[in-house]
Amino acid sequence: MNYIQPFLMLASILFCLGLYAVITRKNAVAILMGIELILNSANINFITFNRFGAYRTLDGHVFTIFVIVLAAAEAAVALAIIINLFKNIGTVDVDQAKEMKG
Amino acid sequence: MSIPIPELSVVLFFGICGLIIASALLVVTSPNLVHSAVSLLFTFFGVAAVYIFLYADFIAATQVIIYVGGILVLIIFGVMLTNKIENARIDSKTNNQIPGIVFTLSMLAMQFYIILNTNWKIAESEPRDTTVKEIGNLLLGKYLLPFEVISILLLASLIGAAMLSRRKTER
Repeated sequence: MNYIQPFLMLASILFCLGLYAVITRKNAVAILMGIELILNSANINFITFNRFGAYRTLDGHVFTIFVIVLAAAEAAVALAIIINLFKNIGTVDVDQAKEMKG
Repeated sequence: MSIPIPELSVVLFFGICGLIIASALLVVTSPNLVHSAVSLLFTFFGVAAVYIFLYADFIAATQVIIYVGGILVLIIFGVMLTNKIENARIDSKTNNQIPGIVFTLSMLAMQFYIILNTNWKIAESEPRDTTVKEIGNLLLGKYLLPFEVISILLLASLIGAAMLSRRKTER
């Protein structure tokens, strides 16, 4: 596999699927899954350009580790917020969350 | 004239690509959220396999441990905690489907056009041995400050998540 294009195309497809989930889903947990797909596609791009572009160093790997840590932190906080939303208004449908200061 | 037999790695790569895309499609379109979460598992494993194709062994292991072991379990917790027991179907409605499909497909077409029409300069590369040592040197050398900052961020988000999701205590 010495071509860069298949990896970039795979990352692009994953990104578009995640974007589609973020646009069309109403459930907040499903939107979170779409965001995870987008972050994974960004990670594939980092590793791909590190492998094909800057082969001598491993900076892309370090950036990928940072992105993974950020994804973990984001998932924890987002799920805490979603559970609070469910406690307050009884649903996780993002269209129903209209009031602030619940 | 015989059909040329492709290399094993190429066959494996496209099989893994098919697995990733099929399971990601299921994540995006399945009406049942538990099915979405389980097929997200296959997507994460497939992405870990793609990292191995790119000689990123440490990242592949990290992907399996953190995404599959941590984030996915958290998401399944979220699915289970945010649905009432009495409605047995855990489902998720969708909206904006037609604009979503149009927008996403145009985005995909634009990205494919860019990817296929760019003259990528590919560095010569050979299979390398383990990357762990060099990543450790980078993390504790060149990227020491971001490493410390992101550890503080992780601590802050842990405390914040615990704060947000605790029960209100009566005073």
